[in-house]
Amino acid sequence: MPITYTSGEQVEVYRFSIPVTIGVPLLALFTQAFVPLRFPNFAVYLDLPLLVTIFFAMARRNPISGLLTGCVIGLAQDMLGHNTIGLYGIAKTVVGYGASSLGVKLDVENAGARFLVTLGFYVVHSAIYFWVGREMVSMTQHGSWGVGILSGLANATVGMFLYFALDKFKQRT
Amino acid sequence: MDILGRYRNLIVLVGVLFLQALGLAVQVKRAGTDARDTRLIRIWAVGAVTPFERVLVWAENSTGNLWHNYFYLRGVRAENRQLKEQIEQMRLEQVRLSEDAAQARRLQNLLGFKEQFVAKTVAAQVIGTSGSDLSRVVYIDKGADAGIKPDMAVITADGIVGKVWDVFPSVAKVLLIDDQSSGVGVILEKSRLQGVLRGTASGEVVLERVMSDEQVPLGESVLTSGGDQIFPKGLPAGTITKVGTGKDLFLNIHVKTAVDLSKLEEVLVVVQKQERQALADDSAHVRAADILAQRLPSVPDKPADAKPDAVAAKPAGVAAKPQTQGSNVTSPHPSNTAIGGAASAAGTVDRKPPTGSTVKPLAAATGQTQPQNVSLTPAQSKAATAPAADGTQQPPTKTTAKPANSQSDPQAPPDDTPH
Repeated sequence: MPITYTSGEQVEVYRFSIPVTIGVPLLALFTQAFVPLRFPNFAVYLDLPLLVTIFFAMARRNPISGLLTGCVIGLAQDMLGHNTIGLYGIAKTVVGYGASSLGVKLDVENAGARFLVTLGFYVVHSAIYFWVGREMVSMTQHGSWGVGILSGLANATVGMFLYFALDKFKQRT
Repeated sequence: MDILGRYRNLIVLVGVLFLQALGLAVQVKRAGTDARDTRLIRIWAVGAVTPFERVLVWAENSTGNLWHNYFYLRGVRAENRQLKEQIEQMRLEQVRLSEDAAQARRLQNLLGFKEQFVAKTVAAQVIGTSGSDLSRVVYIDKGADAGIKPDMAVITADGIVGKVWDVFPSVAKVLLIDDQSSGVGVILEKSRLQGVLRGTASGEVVLERVMSDEQVPLGESVLTSGGDQIFPKGLPAGTITKVGTGKDLFLNIHVKTAVDLSKLEEVLVVVQKQERQALADDSAHVRAADILAQRLPSVPDKPADAKPDAVAAKPAGVAAKPQTQGSNVTSPHPSNTAIGGAASAAGTVDRKPPTGSTVKPLAAATGQTQPQNVSLTPAQSKAATAPAADGTQQPPTKTTAKPANSQSDPQAPPDDTPH
């Protein structure tokens, strides 16, 4: 069983089957697009594609794989909207890279670590999206600290449970 | 080579980000000319996601229909009865509105007014959203195959929803009016002030371009002005909820949309608009003198000639058709009824002939009876049952009496209620 070693710490690298690799991000995108029809605030407080990006990136522990996962999921999310394509793409690429790099160095298997990592990457994601949107495409954005904090907490909480559910699909390399 | 290998991950990251930034830059550059060049890639994404949404919406609707149409029928009888009553009220309202519309058409004809009509719509089901609060769009289950094209107006019975943004073969993307990139030309219903309705990043809708020295009352309705060439004129857009001072001499006006955009299910896409000049009904071409002549007692030359004029001698507010017992009340002409009805609220059945005149009311003179279902006030009833000028007695009618113009009042009590 191949195992990677980083800084003397033993961490496991996981892989996923092709149906899971394609199906889970697609399901996340679909849910993200469909649920707001019934619960309009869902899109305000939750970003399932972001959570899936973080999960795959942390599990694979490969920065290139992580950033490509983030890139594809982000671009797909961009395409469903009407704004310029690439805003979510860039933000999730960075998150994918960061999450996988962090996964190499830290044990992100326990709930507390996952909560904090997700919260942190939500902030990073929002900041990058905000910055790119404002600086590159002159997009006006409404920023509310209250909503931002709540969204971060909501994503982190949901992420914890989602990651445990998705752990079932992990395959050891 | 060592450096490349060592920083491989970082180099890939920078490369991917650079490519995406390049893509962004290309799109931004094109946004001024044609912002919809990236169709293919969007088609792929939409094609991957919308089939699931379509299936899920279908399954949800089927289950809901099965439950509501076959199992959960409690209260349907009561609702049916209530709806029938509502239909009756609406029929009365329709009579009044048709008179108003006929009058409006005549006036528009006089002004050479051209207006846009919603000629054809396509009903569609909302099957998805963008999934982001920064891009307020929804997907509908009809696309180019159903004749939908970009920039078509999307509405519901309550008001406007948005416009078609992108069209795919069987799906279309609709930009909602609360998106920050949308803009709708609107006019305030009473004050007739014009402005632009825009969405904001927070999802609120504001009315822009109204000068700060204007008076904008809260609760005033906002209608489409037709100036944007997308929405036909006169559709409800929302109501004013908050007015404050804005920047650059403009008011900061918040608007509550007429349609709850967070709960959209079915929408109508206006696939065909028709611009035409309002045509007045030729049969409505009545001179004012003729109307006056109809409403005043006429002086027949000979009793035999009086019969055709019976219509004119009838109370204007009452249905003015030569009546025979048991006949239905109909109006010979809508405009006559409208004008008469408006002008003679109390009815004119008991109108006395001019002093010194030997002319009798024509109804009595021709031996015709009052229609059974003509509305009269108690005073009129008394007058109607009083001996006529020639001593003849009006037959006792089943006086379902009310003021003549109450026919147009949907709130009016039933006919047999004395007033």
